[in-house]
Amino acid sequence: MPLTYLKNGETLSLDASRCTGCGSCIDVCPHAVFVLEGGKASVAGRGRCMECGACARNCPAGALSVVAGVGCAAAIIVGKLRGTAPTCECGCGAEKETRCC
Amino acid sequence: MNLDLKSASGSGPRQAGFAVLPELRKPWVARFTVKGGRTIPVVRSRLSPADRLGSLRMRWDIGRMDYRVLPGLYAVGDPGRGSDVFVSANYKMSFDALRSSLDGLDAWILVLDTKGINVWCAAGKGSFGTEELVSRIAITKLALMVDHRRLVLPQLGASGVAGFEVARRSGFHVEWGPVRAADIEAWLAAGRKKDDAMREVRFGLRDRLAVAPVELVHGWPILPAALALAAVHALPAGSGWLSRALPMFLALAGTWPVGALAFPVLLPWLPTRSFAAKGAVLGLLWSLGAGILGGLPVLGLAAAVLVAMPATAFLAMNFTGSSTFTCQPGALLEVEKGFWPMVVSLATGIASGAASRLFGI
Repeated sequence: MPLTYLKNGETLSLDASRCTGCGSCIDVCPHAVFVLEGGKASVAGRGRCMECGACARNCPAGALSVVAGVGCAAAIIVGKLRGTAPTCECGCGAEKETRCC
Repeated sequence: MNLDLKSASGSGPRQAGFAVLPELRKPWVARFTVKGGRTIPVVRSRLSPADRLGSLRMRWDIGRMDYRVLPGLYAVGDPGRGSDVFVSANYKMSFDALRSSLDGLDAWILVLDTKGINVWCAAGKGSFGTEELVSRIAITKLALMVDHRRLVLPQLGASGVAGFEVARRSGFHVEWGPVRAADIEAWLAAGRKKDDAMREVRFGLRDRLAVAPVELVHGWPILPAALALAAVHALPAGSGWLSRALPMFLALAGTWPVGALAFPVLLPWLPTRSFAAKGAVLGLLWSLGAGILGGLPVLGLAAAVLVAMPATAFLAMNFTGSSTFTCQPGALLEVEKGFWPMVVSLATGIASGAASRLFGI
């Protein structure tokens, strides 16, 4: 059973008319959100999407868009305290593999 | 031609030969080799106990270590003009994962400058990105070292690197390798084809426990806070102080391991999709159990529960940053909806602790 979270994939949108069916999105998505149907990509698992932005960045046809950001409460809290966008740069030395994005 | 690190003039008197940068005087650099008229560091493809200890220290956030690798071109084995080029971040744990997965191969490693951040996080920030990759290809003059025009990138770098842009700007074609470097051997054996498992990020028990220690370390302030609250709650000092303070202290201090260790273990089975709510449920169960077993009076029990719930909820909420499936709008929702309930619960809890002592119930 895949783990899911709140509001997963709400900002992900796919413009099927621009999709060329190259399969890049399927290749880079870490949560198996896309499938190829009839030569075009389609969103099969929106609820698993964590909005990392890999698909949109690697869509040569510009058919995908997603508001990418870190799903990290600590980054959001630091951003709120500083009045900035969410940031992992809290200066606490936590910017490591162990605790980040 | 191979050059021994010992014969390199680094700090000693300069002789004919070459000087080794201090960043490359590392146990994981086995030797230097001359390829295409350039001196290239050859790295070991087996991790040493020191490498493993370093990773462990990073996991537990012990000491402020600079865990960076000098960006640039490295060799594994004896790569030639047709050998694969694997791209990595200059965070040593990422670099270690890659080099230890290339044991027995002859390959190049191109390390990008990601400011000491791992691949996935750096890709999210853009430092493991198209711009850095294209410029690193140019700086290292990679096109002069290999005849082919292929790069293998870790799949999680895709949120920062646009493969088609890299091809357009550098002439190098990006191949998205498996998520985990450990799958590279299987990926090569399968004819450079990824199966679904190689493409998916997991967050199994082992993965969750690997990232738990740092949360545990960061949760330490709970201990003095629990100590202070329990000590004040049990006043006046004198006879009976310890027997009043101890059960309260255990119920509150227990939220530390419960929120930072039990939570990651139990994550898939806790109710709701909100990390904070999952954490609060766990805090409720723990403090209720510990409080009843400790014989806390009714209002004292209420105090323990109302203080423990926001504590575990907060620890759990912070675990979103370590998870592999949370998105920003969801985390924002948790922070915004969770803030006041946590504050109110904490304040009510402290008030009922005071009332419990005042009225003796």
